This record gives sequence, structure tokens and C-alpha cells, in this order.
Amino acid sequence: MTRPVDADKDRSMELQKEMIAGMFDDLATAHEDGKKVVYTFVPGNLTELIRSFDLLPVLPEINALQSGMRKLSGGYITEAEKQGHSEDVCTYVKCDLGMLKKGNVGPTGKRLPEPDLLLLSYTGCFTFMKWFELLKQEYDCPVAMLHVPYQPDGKIHDHQREYIVKQMRTELIPKLEQVSGKKYDEDRLKEMLAKSAKAEDDLVHVLESAKNRPSPIDAYFGGVYYIGPMFTAFRGSDQGLEYYRLLREEVDARVAAGLGPVTPDGTMTKEKFRLVVEGPPNWTSFREFWKMFYEEDAVVVASSYTKVGGLYDRGFRHDPARPLESLADYCLGCYTNLGLPSRVELLEEYVKEYEADGFMINSVKSCNSFSAGQLLILRQIEERTGIPGGFIESDLVDPRYFSAANIKNRIESYLQMLEQKRGAGVGA
Amino acid sequence: MRPALKTLVDRVTFLYEDLDFTAVKEWKERTGGKAVGYMPIYVPREIIHAAGMLPVGVLGGGEGLEIIRGDAYFQSYICHIPRSTVELALSGRLDCMDGMLFPSICDVIRNLSGMWNMMFPDRYVRYIDVPQNYDPEVGGSFWRREIAELRADMGRIAGREISDDDIRNSIKVYNENRAALDDLYAARSRTPWVYPIAELYLVLRAGCLLPPEEHTALIREYLELAPQESDRKDKDHSRVVIVGSFCEQPPVGLLQTLERAGCWIVGDDLILGLRWLLRDVDTEGDPITALSDAFLVHSTEAASRYEPGNAKGSQLIASVRDNDAEGVIFCAPSFCDPALLDQPMLVTALDKAGIPHTQFKFSEDTGQFAVIREQAGTFSDSIRLWSEV
Repeated sequence: MTRPVDADKDRSMELQKEMIAGMFDDLATAHEDGKKVVYTFVPGNLTELIRSFDLLPVLPEINALQSGMRKLSGGYITEAEKQGHSEDVCTYVKCDLGMLKKGNVGPTGKRLPEPDLLLLSYTGCFTFMKWFELLKQEYDCPVAMLHVPYQPDGKIHDHQREYIVKQMRTELIPKLEQVSGKKYDEDRLKEMLAKSAKAEDDLVHVLESAKNRPSPIDAYFGGVYYIGPMFTAFRGSDQGLEYYRLLREEVDARVAAGLGPVTPDGTMTKEKFRLVVEGPPNWTSFREFWKMFYEEDAVVVASSYTKVGGLYDRGFRHDPARPLESLADYCLGCYTNLGLPSRVELLEEYVKEYEADGFMINSVKSCNSFSAGQLLILRQIEERTGIPGGFIESDLVDPRYFSAANIKNRIESYLQMLEQKRGAGVGA
Repeated sequence: MRPALKTLVDRVTFLYEDLDFTAVKEWKERTGGKAVGYMPIYVPREIIHAAGMLPVGVLGGGEGLEIIRGDAYFQSYICHIPRSTVELALSGRLDCMDGMLFPSICDVIRNLSGMWNMMFPDRYVRYIDVPQNYDPEVGGSFWRREIAELRADMGRIAGREISDDDIRNSIKVYNENRAALDDLYAARSRTPWVYPIAELYLVLRAGCLLPPEEHTALIREYLELAPQESDRKDKDHSRVVIVGSFCEQPPVGLLQTLERAGCWIVGDDLILGLRWLLRDVDTEGDPITALSDAFLVHSTEAASRYEPGNAKGSQLIASVRDNDAEGVIFCAPSFCDPALLDQPMLVTALDKAGIPHTQFKFSEDTGQFAVIREQAGTFSDSIRLWSEV
């Protein structure tokens, strides 16, 4: 169970809120302030490179998930479907296009600027390519395509890295120079990458704190907040550094005090189930979804979704000594760019390293990159770890696909089964 | 139907309906060679052929396969072709394949390559990652390396090194096959009533199972025989191009339904991988570079391929114009991300060009065509009665 809402929010929460609000304020007046804007995607994002040209990144997936959390996505999706977009395809795309048709007002109620460049970082998701082809029809701006090869064997091969670096040198950097009017400054990029690496150390420390009992964090629902600055616009910045320093201190303090994770209803005081979760969360009913877990004293100790923007916990760090090469490795190594065998290995390791009692998949209709193959992943994890898996279905931002009663029922039944098995001495 | 044509049509019908890949097994027995399967859409088949092996297009189970275990691997919102392909494999029907290639087309087929790795760990599996950058020094360099790796792998499976001359010879063989297919489609466009859509499709589809030399001969034979059928007459049909069926294939019955509803299909993207390259591949010089350059410069416009310019839909419109078509039918599989995400962009291009269009979705095992017949018939009527194209 949880105790009542903490009177004081953690300082890191407040700071993140300020950072995000500041970012959207900057975007709202970007063009008036003479700043240029680059639309790009979260996985394999090149924030440091974009920022090194003093350009501002906009991440359409973040806008879509924010619209989902603000209960606006349903209307946007309907708008896109009215315009001829199929009910079968990704709701992030439709939410974004619907938002555009309805005035492109961002999460803080301020209008988002039109892009000066569409940076199509094509990493781990085929739909990204179609998404920006669709946006290209809406905006009169250049597009820079960065094709990131897939890693079917989970290994980075030299020719893949070289391919990405060549694209950066011949396609991407010239377009960033053209849009910004500035020359590529590798020293500046290196400075930023050094800051990224330091913040990445702190993020890994935070994520791995879940190995403690009780875990001081929820590495899925809470985790999406912790990865926010890292996966979006703040890697390589002083603000990002400060956020992760602060977060690390707070988490260390929670470990020292033996505290559980912070939830919207206060701190979890009991840790009955430790879970590993695969797949993105649902955003339209995010809090309700989270509550279904913490009400049952279930904490997520590791998740794959918090690795879509990089597997820092497996050792990757941005490296100022090899700036473009390490950016290439970053793009290649994002979770959904890995072959299924690598994904299964990672999840198996999480179950073991974090001493999880259970493994759950939230399969979202919108995202075939995640979802295709998840039923096999479930079987593989069950076979390899001996723990039973749970499977629930929802969507990213389409409220029509979040059936609260069914999902709650499945979660409760699954946790009851875990408890029975535990009582019978079966499983982990 | 004259006996010679009937024999040919019976043969291609058997090839289409035979989910046990008997023709592949017979070829292996006859030649002692090996077979490598590939899923839609583009793989450089020349490399497989150059190793003395049989490239085999695996296009799912169609309407003839009952899915018993395949559905347990995919959620309801994922298209049909991966579940029927898994069914084919789990039922042992793909045991005759000595390797499987999974081309870069969408996240589902991409992830299926990893599933294959885990489900059939003893079999050769390769994901074919084609470049989305078309600069010969950038995307070309990457693609040449990928082809070279494929060449080495195919050589290992075949048990012999593949020489440059082997590849050049295979390039010639596939150039001839491409020319025959071009002739078939040109003939169909001129006089679609002579080459009924079901026959055309089955002749095309035979190219997934037959060695290319045999397939070329089959096309040539069909082009000779079909015009000898004196009862094949023109009808008051509309001429349409269908688009969206490049991967999961519609049942033949659906194509026949469109024809019976009053639509001559004079252009299509069915089994697009067989017609991916729009020009001959160079037979001189380094053959890997020739294959790579052909992909970079002469690939067809496709939903799975990044379009760097502002020409989205231009090839579709050109196909409408070149084939004197009067409209477009979007015929995409349910839950097909590439086709369905592409569709609004193509619709915009068609609207700008003033070309009428209609749309429906199918699944490879769709069995009821009444609604589609009504829709296609209405579309055909509307074109003939009111179109300004």
C-alpha cells in the first residue's frame, strides 16, 4: 500500500517540470527569437549534434504522448482518420497529424513552431519513415534522412557504423549547417558529449538502484520520468547534468532510508511483487494504469521501454573522443533496433539481475516494432527463467484501446497466480 | 481453351495451390541443389542463383491454409502473412528451404527474422537490410558490403565459391526474365481481355517457385498461346491500376472479382519484388557494383523505400497515364503499415492529378468478395459514366 501524498515533491521532479516548461516556452517563440527548429525522433536522436548548431529539437512522439496524457489524443486521432488515415496504423502518427490539423498547439497550450528541418532518424521503427514523409507533405522544409541499419545479431559491425558516419558527414551535417547558418563545431560537440556521458552514469545508477529491496524507484511508470530529459532535448546540457545529479542524490537517500518508489498517491510502503515489463506504457490512462500495479504492491524493477533511447545500463556511453562514431553506435544500439534474440537475452538478464517475481508484456496495438514477436518473447522468457509471464493489450494514445476493467482484471489475476505459485514454492 | 494453354494454366495453378512446395522438392531432387526462401519484397535473387541454388518466394499461405498454430504467435492487430508463414514452417512445409531471407519491408517482417532465429536455430536466417540512402559512396558502399556478405553466406550453403562470372551469368538470366515480364505486362495493358487477370497473376507468381530460366520460357509460351484463344473479347470495362498488394497477396478470387465487376487491371504492384528493378542490370564490370547501382538508381517506387524528392506518387500517376488507365484501386492488406501509411500520400497525388480512386482492404485468406464486387462495380460504372480523365 501507499501512504498519503508527500507534501513536498522531490526537487528533481520540480526541476524536470521547469525544464520541460522552459523548453516549450522556447519553442513557442523560437521563430520570433530567430531560432531554428528541427523535428526528429526519440530513438537514436542526435540531440547533442542538433544543439551544437544552436538548433532546437522537437520530438513528435513526445507531443503525442503528452496529448495522450492530457486526454486530447482521441480527438486528434479521429481528426486524422477523418482525413483518410487508416484505423489500422500507428496512433502516434495520427495524433501528431490530427494535432497539426487542429493548430499544432503543444502540451503547454502554446503553438509549436513549424520545422526548419525534418531530421528523419530512422532507427528501430519503420513507421518513422512514413511519418516524416507525411509531414514533408505538410511543411515546406528540407528533410535529412539518417538510415540506421538494423542489428539482427545485436552486434555493431564496422560497415554499419561507417555508413551512419558517412551519412552524417554528407547528408546531415551539411543540412544542419545550411539551416543554422553555422559551421560544424566538433569541439563544441565533444564538450556536450562529455556532459552526456556524465549524466548517463547517473541515470544508470538510478535505474540500477531497483536492484535494492525495496526498490526505491518504479523503473517503468516512474522510469518514463527519469528517462525524459535524457531521451529528449537535454542530453549534453548543464540542465541535464544537474537534473541527473539531483535525481541520483534523491534516489540514494531513498535507498539509505529504505523507502519504496514515489507514486502519484505517495510512497509505496510494501513491495510484494517485483516485475520486469516489456513494451511501452499506455498514455491516455497512464495514472490509472500505474495505480493498477501499485495498489497491488507491485513495483516494476526493470523495463525495456526505458531503453528505447539507449541501452546505457549495458555500458554504452557517448564518447567525446570519437564523437560521430559514438553517436552512430548510440543510434544502432537503441532497444527496438535490436533483433528479437537480443531483446530476449536482455529481458532474461533483467529478470535474473533484478530478482523479479514476474514478467509482463504490455502489447500496444500501434507499435509493431515492439509488438510483433512479443508472444514468442513471452514464451522464451518463461522457458529461460521459469517464471510465468503476463500479457495485456492496450495502445499508446488511442483511448479506444484502453479497456480498464479488462486490464485490471488481467493484472490482478496474474498477480494472484504469482502469489499462489510463491505459496506453493514454484517459480522464482 | 486449347490443350496447350490448358496444360500451362493447370501447371501454374498447381504451383499456386501447392503449399507443400512440391516443385521445389522435385527441383532439389533432380539437381541435387539447395533452395533458399525469401519473403517479400526485394532480395538480390541473382546471388542465390549464382550459387546454383533455387530462390523461392515465400508469400504466405493464401486462402488455402488453415492456421492452427500461427495465430498463437501474433496479436489480432498484426497482418496475416507472418502467421501463415509461421504456420507453413511449423507444419514442416518449409523444411525444404536451406535458408530464409527476410527483406527490409516493415517492422513485422523484420521482427519475424528474429523469431525465425529463435524458433529454428539450426537454419540459416538473414535479414536483408537495403539502404535508404542512394549515394553510391554512402548507401552504395553499405549495400555492396551487405551483398558481399550474402554472397559469402550463399557460397557456404551451396558448398562452393561464387565467382564474378557466376553472378554476371545470373544477372543476364534475370535480365531476360525481367524483359519477359515487361512484355507480359505490356501485352496485358494493350489487350487485357486476352490475358485474364487470374492467368496473368498465376504466370507471374510461378516466378516465385520456378528457376528463372524456366519461368522466362513459361512467360514466352503463355504470350504465344493466350492470343490464340478466339473467344477472348473486349468488354465494356474500365481500366484501373491496383496498388498496395506488394507483400501479402490478395486471393486470386479477389482479382477475378475485380475483373468480373468491370475492371481491367492494367497495372499493379503484385509480387513487386519480381519487378523491383526497372532496368537491366549491367553485365559488365564488377557484378556486385552492378547489382548495387541498379538498386540505388533503378528501383521502383515502393512504400518500403524512402522517397527523397517530392515525387511521391509520380510513378503511380505515370503508370496510370502509360497504361491509359482511368482510375486507381487501393487494395492493401489489413494492418499493412507500409501500404496504409503510404495511401494518404498517394491519394493526395491522385487528387491533384484528377485521377479517381477507391479503396478496400483484404486479408490473404479473405473468402467473401460480394462487397468488394459491388464496390468495384460501382467504381467502374462511375468512371465510365462520369469521369473526365
